[in-house]
Amino acid sequence: MDINAPRIARKAQPGQFVILRIDETGERIPLTIADFDREKGTITMIFQAIGKTTTQLSALEGNELMDFIGPLGNPAHIENEGTVILVGGGVGVAPVFPQARAFKESGNKVISIIGARSANLLLWEDRMREVSDELYITTDDGSKGHHGFVTDIVKKILENGTKVDRVIAIGPPVMMRAVAGVTKPFNVKTIVSLNSIMVDGTGMCGACRVLVGNETKFACVDGPEFDAHLVDFTLLMNRLAIYQPEEKLAFEKYKCEREGCKC
Amino acid sequence: MLGRQKMPEQDATVRRANFNEVALGFTREQAVEEAKRCLECKKPKCIEGCPVEVRIPDFVKYVSIGDFDSAIKEIKSVNALPAICGRVCPQESQCEALCILGKKGGPVSIGRLERFVSDYERKLEAEIPKKPGPTGKKVAVVGSGPAGLTAAADLARMGHSVTIFEALHAAGGVLTYGIPEFRLPKDIVQAEVEYVKKLGVTLLLDSVIGKIDTVDELLLDFDAVFLGTGAGLPMFLNIDGENLNGVYSANEFLTRVNLMKSYRFPDYDTPIKKGKRVIVVGGGNVAMDSARCALRLGADEVTIVYRRGEEEMPARAEEIEHAKEEGIEFRLLTNPVRLNGDAKNWVTDIECINMYLCEPDESGRCRPMPLAGSEHKIEADVVIIAIGTSPNPLVPKTTSGLEISKHGTIIAKGNGETTKKGVFAGGDAVTGSATVISAMGAGKIAARAIDEYLRTK
Repeated sequence: MDINAPRIARKAQPGQFVILRIDETGERIPLTIADFDREKGTITMIFQAIGKTTTQLSALEGNELMDFIGPLGNPAHIENEGTVILVGGGVGVAPVFPQARAFKESGNKVISIIGARSANLLLWEDRMREVSDELYITTDDGSKGHHGFVTDIVKKILENGTKVDRVIAIGPPVMMRAVAGVTKPFNVKTIVSLNSIMVDGTGMCGACRVLVGNETKFACVDGPEFDAHLVDFTLLMNRLAIYQPEEKLAFEKYKCEREGCKC
Repeated sequence: MLGRQKMPEQDATVRRANFNEVALGFTREQAVEEAKRCLECKKPKCIEGCPVEVRIPDFVKYVSIGDFDSAIKEIKSVNALPAICGRVCPQESQCEALCILGKKGGPVSIGRLERFVSDYERKLEAEIPKKPGPTGKKVAVVGSGPAGLTAAADLARMGHSVTIFEALHAAGGVLTYGIPEFRLPKDIVQAEVEYVKKLGVTLLLDSVIGKIDTVDELLLDFDAVFLGTGAGLPMFLNIDGENLNGVYSANEFLTRVNLMKSYRFPDYDTPIKKGKRVIVVGGGNVAMDSARCALRLGADEVTIVYRRGEEEMPARAEEIEHAKEEGIEFRLLTNPVRLNGDAKNWVTDIECINMYLCEPDESGRCRPMPLAGSEHKIEADVVIIAIGTSPNPLVPKTTSGLEISKHGTIIAKGNGETTKKGVFAGGDAVTGSATVISAMGAGKIAARAIDEYLRTK
């Protein structure tokens, strides 16, 4: 989805996110910026329609949002590190893309690994290929590329003795935790982008708190990117599940109202 | 001398289950009777107690003769937000504390009269005062809370062109996200914001300064900047278990309830954990607000845990009284030491220790000390930490030459001048967590300093 937001596009950097609200009764949800075009003045976001807000969002054309706020969070730290592995899982491929491009532009050797459950769910293969020196594809069901997980490829590259200076991983928390587990023994600095629950997204409410190196941090103003080897992923996943029953209820109600039912 | 008029309010047994306003306001007759109690002192003390310098005896006089139009005009010539002040100011420690009648029958109910005339006016069409011609100077105000709104209104009335930048999707700052509907209805806040807009102020929502524009960038377009960014990051106790599911900062809990209207979930999309046994840690107004919201969401039991005694509670006496009437339990001289949870990370109970008070500390209040061997557990499925906030880092981090204290507050002189030329600040961003009215006072003083700065620039 492309949103026309010239003032935000002018400032957006890889790694940052936006908060949006669809209508008066809507919730505020954070989405990582997948791409931005300063000339056209647009922000691109990729998301999966899994709950009420995202399903509602997927039915919109783009510019009828009530609120669109950003760019929030700290930009990704991009420098010439040498060789960088970028790992994107599921819709996490999208926010990895502008980082891959920026790392490439900064003179790094960019190795990208993108994964999805199945070939038809794989995102942005062409775009990623354009900004990567090497591109690997994995699918859980083997319908394209390597049959398995992104971590299999990360491990293979590291075991082959390739000197890797940095790993960036964005995707589901289980994937990010697995990548952190693989890179830790090799002592390769690994950065993940945390998608914790947020309300205001500007450092006011504290909903997004995460434990990093045994210290409480706020993903919205201290992050969203953190050192993967210090992140408490179990806590992150537990906290992401806080509103599961309510999310389910809101989604069911939405589907009922939209499709009409006798409940 | 007659005693004070009693303001009607919703019965405690009814109001504990709804979000409607608790206090119902004086009737016309009550307002006139109450105003007649004023002794019209030659040297009125009450004015000295008002941080925004309302000429109290003048407006009270108008009320006493039933001329409510003149009364509200008199207030609004100095205070743009009377419907808010009449509801949330701690008058008992300000104007009313200095009223001579305090010694006899109780002080004149200045706050309730202010509330009455502002409510009277809201039902009519507010009159927009005449302004001097435009000065051609532009001022950016960051934040639309009490400090920002007051500074913006005053600057607009001085003829400057004012734009407010608000980070959230609704204006009002703490008046909107923090103070609950039953204490300060949101349509009243919005009406006051509309009045400020009618004074000629431009309001830009969804604009996070420090991100979409920095203060340095604002200074390219504006002649001066006022920072009323408010309190920011919530503080926690730094004890084990604070990241358990079901543990909220008061900021998050109140923002969900008030700004996002989660008390109307699922009609509104933002969810909240209602809790059957709710514990609120803290003794300020924010703790009272959180406890009373939790009760209205349907909790069976709500307990306030506070490490000092009731005397030391920073909350207004009226708020404590209201909370008690509604059935909120108080566990005083009790301090949490850890929060325990189950295998799925949900909070199950809070471990506390009893405290006793010894000699006063630097805050002038008695220092609480733990009583060995008094450890005990209180069951809870929702815990709300309401022990204050530290300032938001977004603006200080992105502004060159803006100095902050070791607590993260913006350093400013008494008139609001910061260490950066053309930049002024006031409210919680400077003082740390304080009251709505002190932020308004700071906004007023800064507006005057900005005006002077712009005229000599």
